[in-house]
Amino acid sequence: MKAAVIQFPGSNCDRDMKVALEHIMGADTILHWHGDADLPNDLDFIAIPGGFSYGDYLRSGAMAARSPVMKAIITAANQGVPILGVCNGFQILTESGLLPGALMRNASQNFICRDVELRVNNGTMFTKGYTDGETISIPVAHHDGNYFADEATIKTLEDNDHIAFRYAEDVNGSRENIAGITNDAGNVLGMMPHPERAVDSKHGGTDGQRLFQSLIRELV
Amino acid sequence: MKIKVFVTLKNGVLDPQGKAIHHALEGLGFGGVNDVRAGRLIELDVDENVSDEDVQDMCKKLLANTVIENFEIERN
Repeated sequence: MKAAVIQFPGSNCDRDMKVALEHIMGADTILHWHGDADLPNDLDFIAIPGGFSYGDYLRSGAMAARSPVMKAIITAANQGVPILGVCNGFQILTESGLLPGALMRNASQNFICRDVELRVNNGTMFTKGYTDGETISIPVAHHDGNYFADEATIKTLEDNDHIAFRYAEDVNGSRENIAGITNDAGNVLGMMPHPERAVDSKHGGTDGQRLFQSLIRELV
Repeated sequence: MKIKVFVTLKNGVLDPQGKAIHHALEGLGFGGVNDVRAGRLIELDVDENVSDEDVQDMCKKLLANTVIENFEIERN
């Protein structure tokens, strides 16, 4: 299995993501610089990591979503390659139009950095390894995680079962407590919590492991 | 030519920053402020041949996120 983690100026979870993909998925993982528009075309999986790409200038993820590599990522997404965006990666996916909605400043105005409980919908390729409705604990670390979309978009997400994770309580003001969503085809997942920070008992928890394990089953 | 682009949050979109500014104004003793909405001003210096449509396109593709924001263009 071959995977790529995309690096933008200001990414800071790229290495953690690479370690998770290597250790949990056993994927041969490359780090790919965003300025290189030519993404290898034999990738089985692409991860867009967390961080503060371009210093969050203009809006979180706005500049990264227009960087050279994004055309290749959109092409890969349309071809069905599984793509995971975490935190700033989720913001980049909404800014690029691969996922609906937008991530706004947390309702409390505070940067939130702690473990949160999530309720899992196991109807996506990324969450098959969980029990439906299971509560798991995953860390969040964000300032702009307040998910917003208009009523029609929220209804579509709900009706089509595209809400992969919800916070068990109100964490940041997100509509319907949304923590993670997929696209229509189900191969693109964006989520604010950091599963790659919960894959080793030394992290304080391992609830993120099964997300990556779900993908192994999907891809092999 | 100078162009000003005003980017503001759409009605109905919660503005935590505006709320915090409102709260701070009240803390400073300024009464009579009913609501505060915070936005962004972007100034562009462009060639004469840049059309209104070009600037509209810039706003839609980058300067504003039309999921949550409106924009207004002012030419001087």
